[in-house]
Amino acid sequence: MSPRARVFAAYAALVVLGLAAPFLVYPVFAMDVLCLALFASAFNLLLGYAGLLSFGHAAFLGSAAYVTGYAARSWGLPTELAILAGVATATVLGAIFGALAIRRSGIYFAMITLGFAQLIYFLVVQLPWTGGEDGLQGIPRGKLLGLVSLESNLAMYYFVYAVFLAGFWLLHRTIDSPFGHVLRAIRENEPRAQSLGYDVDRYKLLAFVISAALSGLAGSLKALAFQFASLSDVHWHLSGTVVLMTLLGGLGTVMGPSVGALVVVTLENYLSSFGSWVTVITGAVFVACVLSFRRGIVGEVRMLVKRSFSA
Amino acid sequence: MIQALSGQLLVGLINGSFYALLSLGLAIIFGLLDVVNFAHGAQYMLGAFAAWMALTYLGIGYGWALVLVPIVVGALGVLVERLFLRRLYGIDPLYGLLLTFGLALVVEGLFHHAYGNSGNAYPVPEALQGGVSLGFMFLPIYRAWVVLVSAAVCGTSWFVIERTRLGAYLRAGTENPKMLQAFGVNVPLMFTITYGFGVALAAFAGVMAAPVYQVSPAMGSSIIIVVFAVVVIGGMGSILGSIVTGVALGLVEGLTKFAWPEASGVVVFVVMALVLLVRPAGLFGRQR
Repeated sequence: MSPRARVFAAYAALVVLGLAAPFLVYPVFAMDVLCLALFASAFNLLLGYAGLLSFGHAAFLGSAAYVTGYAARSWGLPTELAILAGVATATVLGAIFGALAIRRSGIYFAMITLGFAQLIYFLVVQLPWTGGEDGLQGIPRGKLLGLVSLESNLAMYYFVYAVFLAGFWLLHRTIDSPFGHVLRAIRENEPRAQSLGYDVDRYKLLAFVISAALSGLAGSLKALAFQFASLSDVHWHLSGTVVLMTLLGGLGTVMGPSVGALVVVTLENYLSSFGSWVTVITGAVFVACVLSFRRGIVGEVRMLVKRSFSA
Repeated sequence: MIQALSGQLLVGLINGSFYALLSLGLAIIFGLLDVVNFAHGAQYMLGAFAAWMALTYLGIGYGWALVLVPIVVGALGVLVERLFLRRLYGIDPLYGLLLTFGLALVVEGLFHHAYGNSGNAYPVPEALQGGVSLGFMFLPIYRAWVVLVSAAVCGTSWFVIERTRLGAYLRAGTENPKMLQAFGVNVPLMFTITYGFGVALAAFAGVMAAPVYQVSPAMGSSIIIVVFAVVVIGGMGSILGSIVTGVALGLVEGLTKFAWPEASGVVVFVVMALVLLVRPAGLFGRQR
């Protein structure tokens, strides 16, 4: 198969699976997977392609979830505008945090983003309009373009799915664009990319902002799909979970983060009755991944396919 | 007024002592192993819990816990280095961070499962109970003890690293481990001991913290994020730098708690943002 045909086949499979999903599994579960898959894919642009480990991505998902929820519930904004408000918030936060965080690299970058995310967490806990421990509840889903009601889970699912596809496609295009290739060059050898005349900081910042904006989009969708936004959306646990999804699915692969999101959400769903064992198992999967599974599921499959073809 | 201010400053000084102890351990480990030990908070929590368990189940008191717990938890650290961390040297340091993050989740989850969310009280040891009146404020003896002991531990660590032969090896290993090995020093063993020492330091801080804070599974993760910010502000380049930054930020936090209590949780992160603006390498750091 030519690469082009392979991409086409992958998208065809994605479309068929996505259309059939709500009849195979519970639509709310499917929406959860899609939101986190978009989140992990956005995160992967940063870690997988630019080599920047953000340990605070929950800040973008969470802040967008809260703003969208508040806009839809208390201001009565239409669904599209509420989503826009959430994404705008995440984008602005991404620009500010990104501009500061890229002043350091490597390990420090991770610690700085974690610190900023904690700042957002404290703000959400203390601000008067976020509902503190209870979070924002009873967020209305509204009507799409003022016509189609999204109150039924099935309608909401197809809306989330359409937005997911658009976001996924956008990320895919970004990765394959000249911009994406410069990001890879920076990941591999930053001084060299710089000496070739690329303004490394601008590329990093732009990647950070795109990643934050799409993480925000995932958060806005999540708030509407579940009709609430809670502290766990801004907690560092979620920032860790998105790293795990990306790592487990396959770092720096287009499909990997979505596969990782599917696996992790399924796992959490099945284990939810076991309480704190979820944390233990998440941690153990983390350790196992880092020690002996660094290519992730998609990366390993790709290696297998390559090997069987060359043999 | 004066009483409230000095009270908050004292609390700040106590918190700062713990920040200093923890960021010192992080800096020592990072300097040699190039690993950001995300499990540092979990190991600190483990220290506090070990002290509490020793007292509750075995009747071992504070004095012995202060000696035994760091040894036991440090030995666990040695095991972690031998079994896991060792396999990650030479690849991207991000993997060390992720591995220790996973370990932290496992430890925290296990304790959460066994002991739930609520905190357990650890009594202040009898010899250190009570307090003295300084005229303008009341000084609990245990708090003074915490400040003195952590100052002593930080000072000793600084002396050992900067002024002794062992410390010279450590600094040489930080600069160039291959060269040091070529001179016949057993560098892999040094890595193991260093990690074990850093972990023991975290556990020691945990035992010290047990009578001050509630002993709970979440105590580690809430402090480690602040300590990371401290490390970003100070830069991990210098031992003295991380100690000074830790204490200073504790005091800043205390002052904020007095002047504007709602902001005390975020002030460290705001300072971090400001430092990144004016001195991206950190106050004592070298850009790397």
